[in-house]
Amino acid sequence: MGEAEVKPKKAGPVQCSICSQRRAALKRPKTLEQICRECFYAVFEEEIHRVVVDNQLFKPGERIAIGASGGKDSTVLAYVLSELNRRHNYGLDLFLLSVDEGITGYRDDSLETVKRNEIQYGLPLKVVSYKDLYGWTMDEIVKMIGLKNNCTFCGVFRRQALDRGAAMLKVDKLATGHNADDIAETVLLNILRGDIARLSRCTSIITGEDGPIPRCKPFKYTYEKEIVIYPYSFLQNLNRIYTYAYFKRLDYFSTECIYSPNAYRGFAREFIKDLERIRPRAILDIIRSGEKFRISTSAKMPEQGTCERCGYISSQKWCKACVLLEGLNRGLPKLGIGRTRGLNNGLECDTKQSNGVKNIQSKQCGTLDF
Amino acid sequence: MQLTLEFGGGLELLCESVKIHSVNVDPQVGEEKLTMKDLLSWVRANLIKERPEMFMKGDSVRPGVLVLVNDCDWELSGQLDTTLEEKDVIVFISTLHGG
Ligand SMILES: [Zn+2]
Ligand SMILES: [Zn+2]
Ligand SMILES: [Zn+2]
Repeated sequence: MGEAEVKPKKAGPVQCSICSQRRAALKRPKTLEQICRECFYAVFEEEIHRVVVDNQLFKPGERIAIGASGGKDSTVLAYVLSELNRRHNYGLDLFLLSVDEGITGYRDDSLETVKRNEIQYGLPLKVVSYKDLYGWTMDEIVKMIGLKNNCTFCGVFRRQALDRGAAMLKVDKLATGHNADDIAETVLLNILRGDIARLSRCTSIITGEDGPIPRCKPFKYTYEKEIVIYPYSFLQNLNRIYTYAYFKRLDYFSTECIYSPNAYRGFAREFIKDLERIRPRAILDIIRSGEKFRISTSAKMPEQGTCERCGYISSQKWCKACVLLEGLNRGLPKLGIGRTRGLNNGLECDTKQSNGVKNIQSKQCGTLDF
Repeated sequence: MQLTLEFGGGLELLCESVKIHSVNVDPQVGEEKLTMKDLLSWVRANLIKERPEMFMKGDSVRPGVLVLVNDCDWELSGQLDTTLEEKDVIVFISTLHGG
């Protein structure tokens, strides 16, 4: 935008650059436009609609699960998708799908949030638990193996749990709340660890089309700043109309998995936020860079088969979850950890900080591999 | 000067899990006005009980912390130079929590 930032001595009103009528309430990181609240909801929702349409994320009549953690991204995604589904007649059956890792105090609270979302948005909820699927809760796993390496379990188990839950719901696709900041961070981490296969995959808006349940990321181009500000501005407006207490603001849960301080990922995140402050476009630019690193066809990708034990997709005889479970059940929890290249490699955990301290620095573990 | 401060997105954990604080902050001696810069150093000294680095970096908020002054993005009012007035409501939200 040509207009330089206005810096009035007193916080004076800046006019909205879209409607030129109301007072601007935020500066969009993507475009630097200064816009009012009403125009913000409109462009925020419309952009996501464009992403959905342009990338053909959904087909009419499809059943779609929204991976719901109770956090801000998936909460806003559930709200926006159900709105757009109504407004633009997508013809989708939407469901909320949550994983209960069995982490006392953390997951109980965030599951409560998801249960409220179920009522608020009228979307059926399915919860799959580690205990039911694997016979172990995360608390029990940590008791057995200590805080070291537990993110390997978290990551492998959660991914498979989502696939299994999606299969139980008989959905055609799983939509996740990964936003532009998440994807930029993942591009960076995959470069830092030289993981070319994941680097070329992580920017795709739809992945796993050859697997059991394709996944898509409607927020691929949506800045985290806007996702966070959206429920704030939106609900304060709603308050004037509705008074029911629990709907004061889009209700989301904002503390971290206590087992995943992820120091390394935290630094990457901070680096991205630093870049954004200097040049907001940096986030989109990193995603574009990631998109350019398409893997050349000569490079050999591992072949996909199925696990002999549980039937889940796997390039080995047994899938990663079965190997980890075998270790747990035989009392050899180290089995399967750290041997497969590219699988966490110990990057995800910095266990020194994680003495049950609630952490607000980093994202959930296990999200590196979309 | 009477102000309402709200911490969200996990930042409340740094101030004893209290989300909303009603506070009295006066301009520094010899100054007429209270700016966001003054307020931040006041918050750091008086409200943040642990891990201040999660809230601030240098003399501003840490990148990834959103600031709203009376429901308006502080990037529109001059960030640290924003002048505060009686009964203003300032919201700090961390964007760095899980999704
Ligand atoms: Zn407007
Ligand atoms: Zn973990
Ligand atoms: Zn298996």
